[in-house]
This record gives sequence, structure tokens and C-alpha cells, in this order.
Amino acid sequence: MSIEVKNINKRFGNFVALENVNVSIPTGQLTALLGPSGGGKTTLLRIIAGLESADSGSVEIEGTDATQLPVQKRNVGFVFQHYAAFKHMSVAKNIAFGLEIRKRPKDEIKDRVAELLELVHLEQFGHRLPSQLSGGQRQRMALARALAVEPSVLLLDEPFGALDAKVRKELRDWLRRLHDEVHVTTVFVTHDQEEALEVSDEIVVINEGRVEQVGSPDTLYDSPANDFVMSFLGPTTILDGTLYRPHDIDVFTHPGIEGSIPARIVRELRVGFEVRLTVELLDADHEEVTVTVTRAHQRSLGLSDGIDVWLSPTHAAAAVPVP
Amino acid sequence: MASPRKGRKGTVTYVLRLFVITYLLLLVAWPVALVVTNTFEGGTASLTGIFDDPDLVHALQLSATAAVVATVINTVFGVVVSLLLVRYQFPGKRILSALIDLPLSVSPIVVGLALLLVYAGRDGWFGPTLEGWGFQVIFATPGIIMATAFVSLPLVIREVVPVLQEIGTEQEQAASSLGASGWQTFWRITLPSIKWAVVYGIVLTLARSLGEFGAVKVVSGNVLGETRTTTLAVEEKYLNFDQQGAYALSFLLASVSVLAIVVVFIIRARVARHASAEGAAS
Repeated sequence: MSIEVKNINKRFGNFVALENVNVSIPTGQLTALLGPSGGGKTTLLRIIAGLESADSGSVEIEGTDATQLPVQKRNVGFVFQHYAAFKHMSVAKNIAFGLEIRKRPKDEIKDRVAELLELVHLEQFGHRLPSQLSGGQRQRMALARALAVEPSVLLLDEPFGALDAKVRKELRDWLRRLHDEVHVTTVFVTHDQEEALEVSDEIVVINEGRVEQVGSPDTLYDSPANDFVMSFLGPTTILDGTLYRPHDIDVFTHPGIEGSIPARIVRELRVGFEVRLTVELLDADHEEVTVTVTRAHQRSLGLSDGIDVWLSPTHAAAAVPVP
Repeated sequence: MASPRKGRKGTVTYVLRLFVITYLLLLVAWPVALVVTNTFEGGTASLTGIFDDPDLVHALQLSATAAVVATVINTVFGVVVSLLLVRYQFPGKRILSALIDLPLSVSPIVVGLALLLVYAGRDGWFGPTLEGWGFQVIFATPGIIMATAFVSLPLVIREVVPVLQEIGTEQEQAASSLGASGWQTFWRITLPSIKWAVVYGIVLTLARSLGEFGAVKVVSGNVLGETRTTTLAVEEKYLNFDQQGAYALSFLLASVSVLAIVVVFIIRARVARHASAEGAAS
């Protein structure tokens, strides 16, 4: 294990940011700290980096107890949401900063900077100022700057949060490929479940200062530990006292399937290739259930407003009882 | 700098402009211009006369020394206090912040009297002790420097604090995460980021220090050739009906101020250009 976080507690005044948090982060993997804003994930990352100190508990990095070490001595690379570019320095100087602090020979610095500029595809931008770069380029520069000192762990705080949707998606794919090349243990904070599911090897779900679940993206999606994890990782709907994914509910236009529940379609909303149907159960409570079907499926069954249908969860659907 | 109202110049605009121009002309431009014309009424004789009088040369030197030393002190102190005010939380922070503005609101003559109460050689609170150690404050250069530093104290701080607040702490945190010590972070990251604010503050402090009159008059003793500064010399000459000499000295003082304004103007243009370059890129 590369990072061992044990019994971490942190309060800001009366606000409990982290409560008895224990996390093990495996070496060489890309781990996401996922959770809603204000849930404590950034605080945890900053405590690992040494930018914030915990009230109690310990942090171990690569086998050494780092709890009392200042940020300078932890050998971590940290990337900020808003880049934290050194505005008065050129891109190359930004990347060289950590090496210059470490008093490496000039030639070595020059070679390493050139290498990193190539790694983050900024070869032509070395002499520019950060203000002359786009947001995505700035963040790649910040990543190169953090990687320059060969950190034992790379920590990224909402690295793509300030970028627009398209650039965010590109950078996400790029980060995944970069990690496959560099293999440095990486932890990144995100509130975007899609980002976490797509990029990471492992996800730690954090909510209200506590770890809700740790596991691979598949584990989390297929067997969520509780209703919070399930609803945070994607849309959900309630059928028969149980939480399901809307695409895990089968729709039939005739009765006869054992246990299927009669209902009536009351609304339909088409979004691209999928259709979101709002279905009202024909019981006393008239509960509404959301069901997602593909456009093709909708057409073939002729599903539209006012049609009577029968609902049944698919085989092996992810399901969590509603508390 | 394009105004959104460009092209809609009504009568009101012209009346307002005329009002402002007239006001500035009557209050500032005309009187200062008269100082210049009076100085050169008899050619450059009155100006060169200043440099022939050793006492006046001494006064100029004393003014320059006091202003430079006070500016150095206030620059170092100002940057330290600004960092303290922006980057740290401590009890009494608001009171300190308010206290720093005090020198701007207190009359300089009150400042002078206050310094007398503490440092006067014979009956001051602390003065006799210092004098016992052979260190004279009042009626000597240290007193002049202290009075000057007192009145120009807030200028660097008031320039630097907003800039420090604006740049935030992320760059500094990034520097520490890359291994930089506090001192390295200050020299390599913080200081370059607040550079123009510090320069701006220095220029203002220098200009203010050179022109100080009231506080210096009280603490200096105004001894010719020893503790008489340029501003005190101007008053002396004027009271002795040497108007020509008074105007010539005033002209020198005003020239330094104009130079300071030009420097500030250039700095502002530079900073604005930097800002617009950044705005265009993001």
C-alpha cells in the first residue's frame, strides 16, 4: 500500500470535515476520492499532502510515517483545481521550479524540462507565460510541474473542475493514458461520478466526512454498499421499496411475467438515444417510477403516454433496500 | 479602456468636463505653474543660488537622507505587516489594521508632539535613557527620520494588502509542495507577485516623505545647517522675504513630486498592459 490513512479526524470549528477515516491507497494505481461538495474529500487530500493537518490520526506514505512531516518533505506532487501557475514565470520555468529548489545541475534540469514538455504536449509553449495558455494547457503544465520532482504520490484536487465539458473529457482520457505510461500512484478528487467511473482503478466514496465504500468502479456500480453510494453513482428509482437503476427495470406491454407490477406511462422524455419514461403505478399510492429504455426499444414496443405497462426488475439488477 | 457611453456626448458631459477642468486649473495647475514661473523670473540664478549655499545643500541632503531611510524602513515593515494581515489569523488583527491608518488621519504636528513626549532628551518618557547611552533622537537626524517614517507608514501596506489578497495562497502552497522553504517561497513566488504594488508604494512613500513639514518641524529643532530640512528651509526663506529663494526650493520639491507621478503613471500603464494581456489570453 502506498498511502495508509488511519483514524483521521478533522474539524473546522463545529463542522466535522472528517470523522475516523481509514483508507489504504494501492501503489501505482489511479484512485478517485468521490463524493458531494463539502463531503471532506478535498480536506482528506490536503491532509495527505501536508497542506492541512489532521486533529488526530496518522498518514503513512510509502512506508514512512508522514504525519508530522511538513509538505516540503513529503515528496508529493500536488495539482490544484485552479492550476496555481506561477504567473510571473514561463512554462518551462514553472516546470523547472521543483528541480531548481533541489539544486539539480542546469543541464539535467534542461533535459528533464524538455522531456516533460513533450510528455504533456507543450513542446512549443516552453517560453510562454501561463497567461498565454488555455485552461487545459495550464493544467497540463501544472501536472508536468508536479511530476518533475518525481513524487512518490501524485495528488490532484478536482483537476478538471474549472474546464469546460469538452476539454474536461479530453484531459480525462489523456490523464488515463498518461498514468498508464508513468505509473505513479495517483489520487484525484472529483465530484463527477462519470469521471471517477471512467478514469480510476479504484474509487473511495466519501460523504459527510466518512468513507461510504471502497472498491473498483465495477464493484461500486454493480454492488453498492448502501443507498447513498447507489444514488451518487447514477440515477435511481424506487420500485416496490427497493432502489434500482432506471435501466434495470424491464417494461412489458402485457401481463403474465411473475411478480410484474401494473402501471401506466404518464410522461416521456427523449434525450439522445435514450427515452426516460415516467410511469405511475396502478396501486393506491400512485407512486411514480422512472424507467429508461433505448429509443429502438421504445419504438418496437410502441411505448407512449397513457399506455398500460407491466414493470419488473431485470435479472441480477443492482438493488438496495430503501431505508 | 473603451467607455460603453462613447459617442453619446451630451451637454451634461461637456458641462461636467468644464467644471472639473476649471476646478483643477484653479486649485492645482495654476498655482504650481506660478511656482515655476516665479522660480525662473530672474533666469536660473535663483536655482543655481541654492547649490552655492552650503546650508541649503545640507538641507537638501538631509531631506533626501530622511526620505530614503524612512522609505526603506517602511518598505520592509510594510511588506512584513501586509503578510501578517493577509496571511495570518491572530487576535487584535482588526485593531492593528485600523491602527495602521492612524498616521494618515492624525495631523503631522500632533505626530511631532507625540514623539517629543516619548523621546525628548530632557523630559521625554524614554529620551533621557537613550541620551544616557549617547543616542540623541529629538533635535537630530533619528528624530527627523522617525517623524517622516511615522507619517508615511501606511502607504506601502495599503498598496500591497489588496494585491496579496488577490493573488491568494495557492501559488505559495504549490511552491511548498515542490519543496520550497518559506523563505524561498517568499523570494521566488510572493515577492515577484507583489513587485509592482511594492514599487508603487515606495514611490508614494518617497514623495510623501520628502514633502513632510509639520512633524519634522516639531522634532528637528530647525537648526540651520544641521537639522533644517528642505521644507523647513522653504518656510524660513518665505518668512524672511526671500520669496525668490522659497520658490526655487519649492520648484525642486515639486519637480521630485512630478517625477514620482510620472513613475507611477508608467507603472500603472505597465500593470494595466499585463492585466489586459492576461485577460485576452484567458
